[in-house]
Amino acid sequence: MTTSAVNVILSRKERFEREPDRRSEDFHHHLFELEAEGELVVQRVAGEVVEVPTKYGIAKRIPKAHLWHHKSCGQCGHIPGYSTSIFWIMRKLGYDYLDPEDQTSCTAWNYYASATSNQAAQAAVAVRNFAAAYETGFFPLIHCGTSYGHYKEVRSELLHDAALRAQVRKVMERLGKQLVLPEEIVHYSEWLYAVRDEIAQRAVRDVCNVAVTVHPACHYYKLVEGDAIYDPDVYHGQRTAAVSGLVQALGADLRSYSTFFDCCGFGFRHILVQRDFTRSFSTLRKIEVMRAEADPDVVLTHDTGCVTALDKSQFAAQAHERNVGVPVMSEAQFAALAMGAHPFKVCQLHWHSTNYRPLLEKMGIDWRAAWAEFEEDAKRLSDGRQQFLTWADVDA
Amino acid sequence: MPTLSADPYLKRSDATGYGEVDRATKERLIGEVFEDPRFPHYLYGCYECGICVAACPSARFYDFSPRRIAQAAARRDVELLYQQLEEDVWECSQCFSCLRCPRGNNPGGIVTIMREVAVREGLASAKEALAGYSRIIYKIMSTGTQVSPDMLQPDAFPDWGPEVKDVSVNLDLWRRMLPPETMHTTTTGWQVADRTLVELYVIWLETGALDMIAQVDKGIHMILAELMEERLEEEGIEL
Ligand code: SF4
Ligand code: SF4
Repeated sequence: MTTSAVNVILSRKERFEREPDRRSEDFHHHLFELEAEGELVVQRVAGEVVEVPTKYGIAKRIPKAHLWHHKSCGQCGHIPGYSTSIFWIMRKLGYDYLDPEDQTSCTAWNYYASATSNQAAQAAVAVRNFAAAYETGFFPLIHCGTSYGHYKEVRSELLHDAALRAQVRKVMERLGKQLVLPEEIVHYSEWLYAVRDEIAQRAVRDVCNVAVTVHPACHYYKLVEGDAIYDPDVYHGQRTAAVSGLVQALGADLRSYSTFFDCCGFGFRHILVQRDFTRSFSTLRKIEVMRAEADPDVVLTHDTGCVTALDKSQFAAQAHERNVGVPVMSEAQFAALAMGAHPFKVCQLHWHSTNYRPLLEKMGIDWRAAWAEFEEDAKRLSDGRQQFLTWADVDA
Repeated sequence: MPTLSADPYLKRSDATGYGEVDRATKERLIGEVFEDPRFPHYLYGCYECGICVAACPSARFYDFSPRRIAQAAARRDVELLYQQLEEDVWECSQCFSCLRCPRGNNPGGIVTIMREVAVREGLASAKEALAGYSRIIYKIMSTGTQVSPDMLQPDAFPDWGPEVKDVSVNLDLWRRMLPPETMHTTTTGWQVADRTLVELYVIWLETGALDMIAQVDKGIHMILAELMEERLEEEGIEL
């Protein structure tokens, strides 16, 4: 190939645009049409809105405030600092939210693992959660990548299948609820991307010498791909900009590696009952490749399953002297750390498995002092002087 | 016109290893896959280019191939599809990397449908794949959250490192140290309101999701059905 031909290809890649016939449909039109026909109710994005670019150039509208936090089973269950960091950032930036008790899991983890559910049940669970958010006036913000992807599947099925709509509407009637779909299905990492400059302005720790690799969640950008965020300024628009856009805004050293597109190996059923597969894939295809090619201080991702698979798989691999040992967390935890959050009271890093202490040291955080503070609080709780730790305590 | 089984490219029952299962049963089961309303959106044909295989994590570590799934479905190869229903589908990671298919196929989606058929029909292979999974099904269907903090026990996750033990020893205290009030729980991921659970039970019962459990685990079905029916009766909800 001549040099000029190479230059032509490279210049095209600088501003990558997909051909029109590869674009997936813009669902909005259909959504509002069905609303006009009285088939469903659309919860509108309201208040201050940020428009973000998506894969095929359709703008996605992200509301900044008044958000209904749709929590995640895995995050809340065993990576609680993940959710806590999202809440903390929202509080720091001064955006109001609701942490509801009338939310259930999307139940998709179980569905993808065991198939002991069906299309109508999955759609009804989704719509019940959407209706619960709608009733409060707060707009749903989906914490989990799998909930996000699955809800987009459900949306697409509901928009195109009148029989399914009728079935779900009937179930909702029994519950005294309407068939509600939000105008946009928004993942928390999209919200972080939308407010990334505000986060960067509030950063109190310099992260420019921190090398970061990103693992994007499959269910974020592969499952119903059209409205995932792609930004021409992040990897020339050729990879999703979720997570990476925030890392760039924070000024960290974002590094690439060749198995970026690969899954983490979570597998839904596998992580619970066939972990040899998860462990092999996570370490051989992701962590070791990152180490060899990018040598990161931390891996950031935006889904419960990915944090779990990548973090927990490394312990056993160490015993086999594999090239592992990179801390794993969500970009919400990383951003919170950069904004001065407490590594244990807010980011709850003690629930993680891979050693995060060298990273904290690189970020200028005295983890020994922070752990001593945490233990002091723990003592207050264990000897009964206080029952729970509150937001006031963690910000003190 | 030659019948399907006379086509030299289609698998024969003796080649797939399920010669003892009669053809009508296989056709009925695979027919359920084809009739699923999602199926026409998941398969448009197959170039056999293998792009999905290159992207597929399960293809790397198992004798599994999304291309073979799409190919068998595109050819309506009932024998091969039946073999996949019994053997292959549980190996898929449901990551949907295969959506990279240039033909617009969704082999992972076909697997989702096939698994649903395997469970609904109570295939022995489905029961086997889900053995040891009952407590997860119980948890999600009875509490509305899937991974409860108290599941993180060192004996269940010996390969996850010593932190698992620290978490389980300090569980109650560390949960109370989480600033969001909804997360002070240990048996659920977060606090779920009673009314919400009742609504979830109505969904499981009305959509037939609960009935699917009976096919793979009678014991767990009995416990769940009793719990839900009792609860709905208390609330005065008739089904
Ligand atoms: S969804 Fe299944 S078939 Fe598709 S790439 Fe993932 S593991 Fe492979
Ligand atoms: S990528 Fe698509 S067309 Fe190519 S082999 Fe896989 S299913 Fe067939």
